[in-house]
Amino acid sequence: MTEKSRTGAPVAEAWPDAIYDALRAAGVTHMSFVPDAGHTRLIRRLQDDPEVTVNVLTTEEEGIAIAAGTWLGGARSVVLMQSSGVGNCINMLSLPVQARMPLLMLVTMRGEWAEFNPWQVPMSQATEASLKAIGVTVLRADSAEDLVETVEQAAAMAFDSDQQIAVLIGQRLLGKKKW
Amino acid sequence: MAQTLQRREAVSRILALRPDALVVTGLGSPTYDVHAAGDRDGNYYLWGAMGGAALVGLGLAQAQPDRQVVVITGDGEQLMAMGALATIGVAKPGNLELFVLDNEHYAETGMQGSHTGQGVDLALVAGGCGFGSAVQVGDMAGLEGAIGTNEAGPKLVVLKIAQDTPPRSLPSRDAVYIKNRFRAHLGLV
Repeated sequence: MTEKSRTGAPVAEAWPDAIYDALRAAGVTHMSFVPDAGHTRLIRRLQDDPEVTVNVLTTEEEGIAIAAGTWLGGARSVVLMQSSGVGNCINMLSLPVQARMPLLMLVTMRGEWAEFNPWQVPMSQATEASLKAIGVTVLRADSAEDLVETVEQAAAMAFDSDQQIAVLIGQRLLGKKKW
Repeated sequence: MAQTLQRREAVSRILALRPDALVVTGLGSPTYDVHAAGDRDGNYYLWGAMGGAALVGLGLAQAQPDRQVVVITGDGEQLMAMGALATIGVAKPGNLELFVLDNEHYAETGMQGSHTGQGVDLALVAGGCGFGSAVQVGDMAGLEGAIGTNEAGPKLVVLKIAQDTPPRSLPSRDAVYIKNRFRAHLGLV
């Protein structure tokens, strides 16, 4: 990508930095994740922050339970995953939904835009539907500008209004995976 | 290993030795056992989210590093989340203790046999995941010894317990109420 943001940084690097700033401004001090290429830079920014506690997960639903415990203990967290991991989370989401605990998930989409791997497509198709079915509010962004604003307001809705929110980050925004 | 421990007696003893701990319970009998030992504002009872108890404990232990966090769950609940032992082993919360009440069966659903009665050893798994200590105990002296150890956390204690089902002792099923009560106990609003 050669497009530049207003600050001169390449856009592909600028949006994870802007999300990092938005999360920290919202008081997020805990993050858990299953690795995803689209989240690489945001994961690194949060890992490099000595004031952020990071957990690497074996499967995504672990992050939902950890986020509940973090909130019980008085801290704010975010869970990062890709769309294939959403399916792993469904029953565990009954915890924040039933207990009306804040939950902020940032989900990078696969299987919906210039996808090379057909195995990513079924869960991609089911991501929004399954999140809504269990009671999670779904927001979506397909441009970097929209994404940052969406994350800012999703964090406010989650932590100030006790909502369970997933922000889907469109694959069109993330760009094509290099094979 | 002989299964001489009675679950209610064992849970009462754990809580007596950890009077100030924040406690998370796994769904089913462990939730009833902890409630039977005396309802406390510092208890968070799970009625679902199977596989989540130890991880709720992890998040809580990280958010409250100066408090001792105790998770009391069953063999079936922990078997559903064996990966959680890896995640906790990596996170290494020194203030987290997991107690697995292991009757080698799914008591809540009709006493079907679980993996722990067929050779799966959760203490060995936790040890292999980097827990500071991970032991299996079959009597009260063993339990007290395991609780008293000075080794750094996280700690896992598998309690081999008898296969009886004491009368149910049911805490509130209102997850919002229990959440608000728990957070108020910590001075959070």
